[in-house]
Amino acid sequence: MASKNTSKAVGIIGAGSFGTAIANILANNARVIVYARKQDIVDEIKNNNTSYGQKIDSRVEPTSDLEYLAESCDVIFPIVPSSNFRKMMNQIAPFLHPYHILIHGTKGLDLSKSDMGQIFDDDTLLSRNKVNTMSEVIKEESVVVRVGCLAGPNLAKELTDEQPAATVVASHFDEVIREGQRLLRSDRFQVYGSRDLVGVELAGILKNIIAIASGAISGMGLGENARALLISRGMVEMIYLGRAFGGNVQAFLGLAGIGDLIATCSSPLSRNFSVGYRLAKGETLEQILDSMEEVAEGINTTRITKKLAEFYNLRAPITENLHKVLFEGMTVDEALHYLMKYPFNVDIDFL
Amino acid sequence: MKVVQNYYTKKKFEPVLPGPGDWPVVQLSQNRKIFIEEVTEDSVQRVKSLKPRNNSLIEELELTHYKEKLRIAQNPWKVDPEDDYFFWSKVKSRLLEISANGQDPNQAEELLREIIHRYATEITGNFKRTSYRMARSMVTFWFARLLNASRVKRFGSFWSNELTLQDKIHITGETELLRKLARIGTIIMVPTHFSNLDSVLIGYVIHSLGLPPFIYGAGLNLFNIDLFAYFMNSLGAYKVDRRKKNLPYLETLKSYSTQAILKGCHSLFFPGGTRSRSGKIEKSLKLGLLGTAIEAQRLLFQRNPENMSNKIFIVPVVLNYNFVLEAPSLVNDYLKKQGQERYYIENDEYSTSYKIIKFLFSFFTKGSDISVSLGNPMDLFGNKVDENGYSIDKRERKVNTRDYFMSNGEISHDYQREMEYTRSLSEHIVEKFHKLNQVFHSHLVAYVAFKLIQQKYYKLDLFSLLRLPEEDLIIDYEYFKQNFLRLREVIYNMSDKDELQVAPNLTGEADEVIENGIQNVGMYHTSRAILKNGDGDITTQDLNILYYYHNRLDGYGLEKHF
Repeated sequence: MASKNTSKAVGIIGAGSFGTAIANILANNARVIVYARKQDIVDEIKNNNTSYGQKIDSRVEPTSDLEYLAESCDVIFPIVPSSNFRKMMNQIAPFLHPYHILIHGTKGLDLSKSDMGQIFDDDTLLSRNKVNTMSEVIKEESVVVRVGCLAGPNLAKELTDEQPAATVVASHFDEVIREGQRLLRSDRFQVYGSRDLVGVELAGILKNIIAIASGAISGMGLGENARALLISRGMVEMIYLGRAFGGNVQAFLGLAGIGDLIATCSSPLSRNFSVGYRLAKGETLEQILDSMEEVAEGINTTRITKKLAEFYNLRAPITENLHKVLFEGMTVDEALHYLMKYPFNVDIDFL
Repeated sequence: MKVVQNYYTKKKFEPVLPGPGDWPVVQLSQNRKIFIEEVTEDSVQRVKSLKPRNNSLIEELELTHYKEKLRIAQNPWKVDPEDDYFFWSKVKSRLLEISANGQDPNQAEELLREIIHRYATEITGNFKRTSYRMARSMVTFWFARLLNASRVKRFGSFWSNELTLQDKIHITGETELLRKLARIGTIIMVPTHFSNLDSVLIGYVIHSLGLPPFIYGAGLNLFNIDLFAYFMNSLGAYKVDRRKKNLPYLETLKSYSTQAILKGCHSLFFPGGTRSRSGKIEKSLKLGLLGTAIEAQRLLFQRNPENMSNKIFIVPVVLNYNFVLEAPSLVNDYLKKQGQERYYIENDEYSTSYKIIKFLFSFFTKGSDISVSLGNPMDLFGNKVDENGYSIDKRERKVNTRDYFMSNGEISHDYQREMEYTRSLSEHIVEKFHKLNQVFHSHLVAYVAFKLIQQKYYKLDLFSLLRLPEEDLIIDYEYFKQNFLRLREVIYNMSDKDELQVAPNLTGEADEVIENGIQNVGMYHTSRAILKNGDGDITTQDLNILYYYHNRLDGYGLEKHF
């Protein structure tokens, strides 16, 4: 069986920074085909071995043909922004079969089943069944059932530099976890497994909110006490939200939760972090969005999470205040001031 | 609003297979001995693969022996074989011998095989073609008598054939598709389970659709009654003993089911495992038997090349009644369990033939109509199936079911994967149950009445509420009616979204619907679940039973409307 494995290629959908980093890791263990939507990126990979200027392994084969990708690969890693995810799934679904394994690396939420314009009206309610994680989108749009996700402290730039790191592959199926481990594992990359698919997805998604807040702390020139305060309280908030949305506490205490949270909250390499940083320096959201090449998932996640927290009557002070800063014109200073006055009593009450 | 069409014309369905000689269940019974051997061998392999180490196998045998001895001492049934005690005493001495011989693995396996052979023989039904025909005509004949005697009010009505069972039991759903698929592949019917009568009712439905007999697991306690035992044996039932929860027994049961499906026997599972104690539609299903369907499907694909006859189709079925005769004892069991009285003995309410005849008599003479909603057939992964047996996904594309078992280009056996498939199949079935459920006038009346009482005493938990004295349980009629209409509107809207179905008796002028509903909620219990008092207001004589009937609409999120 092992000999058959090596003959089939592994697919990646999306040639952004994280997709490229994962392609480089996979290229050590398998033949890799990467799908890019834009022809000029396909050409760039082919001609220069770079994608958006980032180095990509020369063994990686680029394509702009989803049908070819689905036919050549049994295992596919979709890594595209959450806002394009459903559309992409819709396009590839006709070529997918129940034997395919999909392990996604997208840390955002999907709202496209509902009317986007209406949802952010103040009095429209948003419940969990209108919001989907990417694994749920995959199952809704295609016949694929063997679905998994990839999450953990994996800053793309560090992965490309081949620094040591680890990740979690989560799936209800042990065979998906095994495939993920077999394909990704190397001397410099550890791969752990988890059965809590939704929990791991949510951990990766919700940490982006805290990452923006952490960027703001740096932007204000505050020190490590403040950041540690934010990280630990942010962790508690993530767990409360995550449990209400269908995850277990355990996932949040692992690599995809606390691990990823620490990495993104401490690193200026993170997109979400830099959003917060620039907000604190006085830029507006529009200015920041205009000048960013790639999507910071945390912005949309904050909007959706705030709505969900309202629906389920949950206290989510960090999310709520970040929402005010992002969309309601509050300054970072005011938000911080408000948070410091917020009456918290018990440190940990979820265990 | 969409109302269920009751197209229960007096249509006669021709049998889908010409002669009984072609029925897989007949072939199975003709080769009964061989089949038992096959099941035994397969079960031994299953247990051995679960307990690969010799000492853990011996431990399992010791545990089995201990549990069986306990069962014989604490909960013996009439149907148990005479030599039960003797057999298990012998097992004890064999076990001692094995440990004296330094845990001889061959002896252990031999003992396992003997135990399993005993179980397999017990489980295997005894289908007889002649008594099947006999039983079938007797059931049809006597039910017609009962029905006509009670309903057609005139002299000599006892022998009248004016009413048939089809006037009483309304079958709705894609009957033609089901009949076509029964010719193509193997059908597994999964009904909800509220009453002991369900298996007889389903048996009737299967017969009247012209389908060959299905095999199904019937509780061993039903075989305590001679009359039932006769019918069960002749209808292709195999015996399930819920008291036996040891590993070798459970594996034998699964193996029986898998092997029978592999031989093409249409099967009937009550996936809830037992009657719903609370009156709620089953939410968590027993995965053991469902798992055998997944396993059988994989084995069929592995053994045979591309061929439609390999396919297994799941047909969810919801049985809707106005009343369940066992409701009082069922809800008591449920409440005891909820009240932390963790263990109740699997009891046996139908201990004599007399009781069961009385039960049947009231059911057919007094009970109002019953509807049977057949769900659209689906494959094991929740895809719908077209009339040629092809699986069709949500976007109307064909799916090759074989691909669900493929890994690296070939069909592979992955135990954990199949467990996960079983879990998701059970979710699909539960979802279908809720969609197929027909809301009767009586269900909604009971639901609204209970919720209004609960709302009045919102500070009380369920158990304190159920202890309230009768005189505190009065609801003003106008207030009741107003809430009934409001909820009916909600139900109508849900039926538009196909979240449930509306029975014809729910529609119409409010007072009349409420009146009929009240008349029909568990009307033949000694204390009425719901009735009008002297002032015309709504009250109850037994809140436990009202709670039971109200539970039928649990799980739709209707409580948020109070």
